[in-house]
Amino acid sequence: MISVHGLRKHYKVHKRPPGLKAALRSLFHRTYTSVKAVDGISFDIRPGERVGFLGPNGAGKTTTLKVLSGLLHPSEGEVRVDGHVPRLREEAFLKKIMLVMGQKQQLLWDLPPAETFELNRAIYDVPTLQYKQTLDELVGLLEIGDLIGKPTRQLSLGERMKCELAAALIHRPRVLFLDEPTIGLDVSMQATMRTFIKDYNEKYGATLILTSHYMDDVAALCPRVIVIDKGLLSYDGSLEALVQRVRPEKRVVLRLSEVVDASRLESLGKLVTHEAGTAVLQVKQDAVNATISRALSGLPVTDLTVENAPLEEVMSELFAENKARRLQTAESVPA
Amino acid sequence: MNARGLMRALPTMLRVSFAESVAYRAEMFVWVLSTTMPLVNMVLWMAVAKSAPVGHFGQADFVGYFLATFAVRQLTSAWAAWLINWEVKQGTLAMRLLRPISPLWGYASDNVAGFPMRVVVALPVVLLSIALVGAHKAVPQHAWQWGLFLVAVLGGWAITFLANVAIGALSLFLDSSQKMMEVWMVLFFVCSGYMYPVEFLPDGLRTVIDWLPFRYQMGLPVELMTNAHDLPTALGLVARQWAWVLGMGALAVGLWKQGVKCFAAFGG
Ligand SMILES: Nc1ncnc2c1ncn2[C@@H]1O[C@H](COP(=O)(O)OP(=O)(O)OP(=O)(O)O)[C@@H](O)[C@H]1O
Ligand SMILES: [Mg+2]
Repeated sequence: MISVHGLRKHYKVHKRPPGLKAALRSLFHRTYTSVKAVDGISFDIRPGERVGFLGPNGAGKTTTLKVLSGLLHPSEGEVRVDGHVPRLREEAFLKKIMLVMGQKQQLLWDLPPAETFELNRAIYDVPTLQYKQTLDELVGLLEIGDLIGKPTRQLSLGERMKCELAAALIHRPRVLFLDEPTIGLDVSMQATMRTFIKDYNEKYGATLILTSHYMDDVAALCPRVIVIDKGLLSYDGSLEALVQRVRPEKRVVLRLSEVVDASRLESLGKLVTHEAGTAVLQVKQDAVNATISRALSGLPVTDLTVENAPLEEVMSELFAENKARRLQTAESVPA
Repeated sequence: MNARGLMRALPTMLRVSFAESVAYRAEMFVWVLSTTMPLVNMVLWMAVAKSAPVGHFGQADFVGYFLATFAVRQLTSAWAAWLINWEVKQGTLAMRLLRPISPLWGYASDNVAGFPMRVVVALPVVLLSIALVGAHKAVPQHAWQWGLFLVAVLGGWAITFLANVAIGALSLFLDSSQKMMEVWMVLFFVCSGYMYPVEFLPDGLRTVIDWLPFRYQMGLPVELMTNAHDLPTALGLVARQWAWVLGMGALAVGLWKQGVKCFAAFGG
């Protein structure tokens, strides 16, 4: 459905030096620097997949999504979305896709969202019956019946984001690019959005790429993740395998009925946190069973769970690894 | 988008744009206040014409001319350059580019939809003019004059809108096209007949101005409204106006297409 081959996107930035004289000179002689936002990435996505697109700030995620939706031309490389070359912005292509950006909105600010829905119906030439169906469904699932008649400017951020998503789906896009759709939303609103996005994907078999800095989104929605960092691909595979690779250790969480000396806990494994009746130990996977039985026999344990390391930690460790590797290669290159 | 799809989409686009213009009416009236320059000019020129007419313009002629100028400015104004510039800076142009219809249709619809509100502003001024100086100096007298006047208003709007698009499109290449717009506006004030009837200019200058677009934005509709031309002259001028509509259209669409490409290539 989506194939990306050797994609590079280098922004050309016009450098304007400070000062009037320099500004005048730059009118005639412009100097450009180039920002390597995406620097050679490749991946393929099958129809109906939900893929999490992860990376630290400035990694090149938004840039890639903009290239995929035809807003930016690749500097190099091949990009195909359902057989179309996005750069050409063919009508058939634009009718198949949608890019939702948590930071940008398409809803008309002074009018109720219902007007934007209607506008999109007309622009995407959605048949009336299908429009009615889609709208009913969206209104029901997102619970926005009361909202779509109020001017957009009067809606809260979360309410607006729900309407924003509805507006993006009026034409039932087959491919959906979601760039931080849950940014700034509270936990329950995030959960609502997630459930809805998953339902949409399952119901219509839409292909979905999602970026988010909230790992809960990714864990709930994306069986597969692609990680990019400084414009380079650093991981492509299942989320589980990523956790296994970066942090194979498990966490044993113990709830204790009495205060226990830290040294007794440390003898069982690496003590991650220890406070008011709860201790978290990090242990190798093959040592989990032994640790559990030793803890149960030797400590006043009231409850015990085994967990993976939090995804946030896995990600920051991965990014730190990448950074260390970049520094190393930079040093090994003779100046 | 093909023509059929466009025809189906446009009524809804216009209706929504109209609803927006109604929601914006407060801003609209502020804008109207900022276009009262013709009234100032009217008072100035009336003072000049107090003792003797200027050319064949007496005081009543100036009243008719400048009230017509006010009305025509209402009917032919466009603000697409400002809007494009702003959307490029804010990055909201991306949302328009995602849709399967050229953003230019959206801008046109936004501009056209303000029309009814503008008529509401212009109409009382026209009626006032009739009351002050008589219908023959304030509005067209014959059916053909009305017809050509309306064609000229449409042409004037089209040139203004398309020039706005052309200048707005420059912001896709440059950091900002705001300066260009200011230069354009100065030329407009000097050359269009907005500040004074173009016939006050010396002959050599008038020939130049007849080849520039500005007079066809403003002066020509005003002249037709105040019955300044006979039929053959009027037809000739309207033909020139529409040649400018076509030329400006080609320029605007060309610059826009090139601009969007450049924008996408350099990074939006
Ligand atoms: N229009 C632009 N012109 C120049 N450089 C840009 C432009 N847009 C982005 N960049 C640069 O390209 C790099 C990648 O930016 P991008 O927005 O793709 O990152 P991101 O992964 O989406 O980050 P975030 O998580 O912060 O949203 C950054 O270094 C950024 O500064
Ligand atoms: Mg981003």
